[in-house]
Amino acid sequence: MRLWLSALTVTVLSWLTKASGPLIIGERKLPPAAVRVTALTAPVLLAGLIVTELGGKAIDWTQLAGIGTAGVLALAKVPMLAAVAAGIVVTALIRLG
Amino acid sequence: MRREAFVDGVRLGIGPGSAAFVLALSFGAEAQARDWGVALPVLFSMFAFSGSAQFTLMTALAGGSALAAITSAVLINSRYLMMSVALNNSLRGGRLSRALQTQALADASFVVAHRNDGGYDAARLIGASVPQWIFWVSGTAVGALTSPSPSLMHDLGLDVVFPAFFLILAVDEVRRSARAFVAALLGATVAGALLLVTTPGYALLGATVAALIGVLPEKEESA
Repeated sequence: MRLWLSALTVTVLSWLTKASGPLIIGERKLPPAAVRVTALTAPVLLAGLIVTELGGKAIDWTQLAGIGTAGVLALAKVPMLAAVAAGIVVTALIRLG
Repeated sequence: MRREAFVDGVRLGIGPGSAAFVLALSFGAEAQARDWGVALPVLFSMFAFSGSAQFTLMTALAGGSALAAITSAVLINSRYLMMSVALNNSLRGGRLSRALQTQALADASFVVAHRNDGGYDAARLIGASVPQWIFWVSGTAVGALTSPSPSLMHDLGLDVVFPAFFLILAVDEVRRSARAFVAALLGATVAGALLLVTTPGYALLGATVAALIGVLPEKEESA
C-alpha cells in the first residue's frame, strides 16, 4: 500500500507541476525579458542533461566514443536514428574487443 | 490542432522515444528487482510519464521515508515548472485546456517543440510525446516482465542512446543563436559544478538558472 500511495502521490503532483504554467499564469502574457528566459530553457536543459547523464559516474571512454560518433554523423546530416544506431554499434564493438 | 505540426512531432518523437524505451527497460527491470511487481511500474509509467521522478521515487523509497522519497521525486520534476511557464505563452484555449496540453511535457518534446521565433508549438509537442509515451510504457512492461540484466544492456552499448540523442538535439538548439550557445555552455558548467556536491537530478535543476541570462537585453534592443 505504501508503494501504491507513494506512486499515486507523485503522479498527481507531477500532473500539477506540468500544469503549473497555465494554472498560475493563466492567460496573462509574460514580459519580453521572461520570454527570452523561457526561450533559453531548452538549450540549457539539454546541456544539463548531457552533463548529468555522463558526469554522474566515472567517465566511460567506450560510451563517449559512441556518443561522439553519433554527434559527428549528425553534423554530417546523417538522420538522427541512423546516427545514434551507429554510435551504439561503435560502443558495442569497442566493448566486444 | 495543426495536423502537419502534430505529424512532424510524431516523426521527431520516434528517436527520443526509442531512447526512452531503453531507459524504461531499466526502470521496469529495477522495479521488478525491488518487488514492485508488473502492474505498479506499468501504471506508474502510464500515468506519471516522468522518468526522472519515477526513478527517484523508486531509489529514494528503498533508503528512506515515503515523505522524503515523494519530496525528492517532486523536486526533481520542478524543471517542468519552468517548462510549463515557458510553454504557457504559446498555448491556446482556456486554463483547463492549457493545463491538459501541458501534460504532454517531456524533455525531448519540449525541445523539438521549440520554434525559431523563441515560442513553442503545442501540436508538435503533443505529437512528439505520443511515440515517447508508447515506448515508455511498453518499455516498462517489457523490462518488468523480462528483467534484462544491466550488464547485457551495457555490452550492447545501449547506454549511448540517451546522451547521443540529447547531444544531437543540443547541436540543433545552440545553432539558433550565440546566446543559446552561451546559455548552454553556462548550463553545462553549472551542472558539472553541482555534480560535485549533489545528485544528477538536483544538478540538472540547478543548471536551469543559466537561462536567466535571457533577462539581459539583446543587442538590437540595447543599441
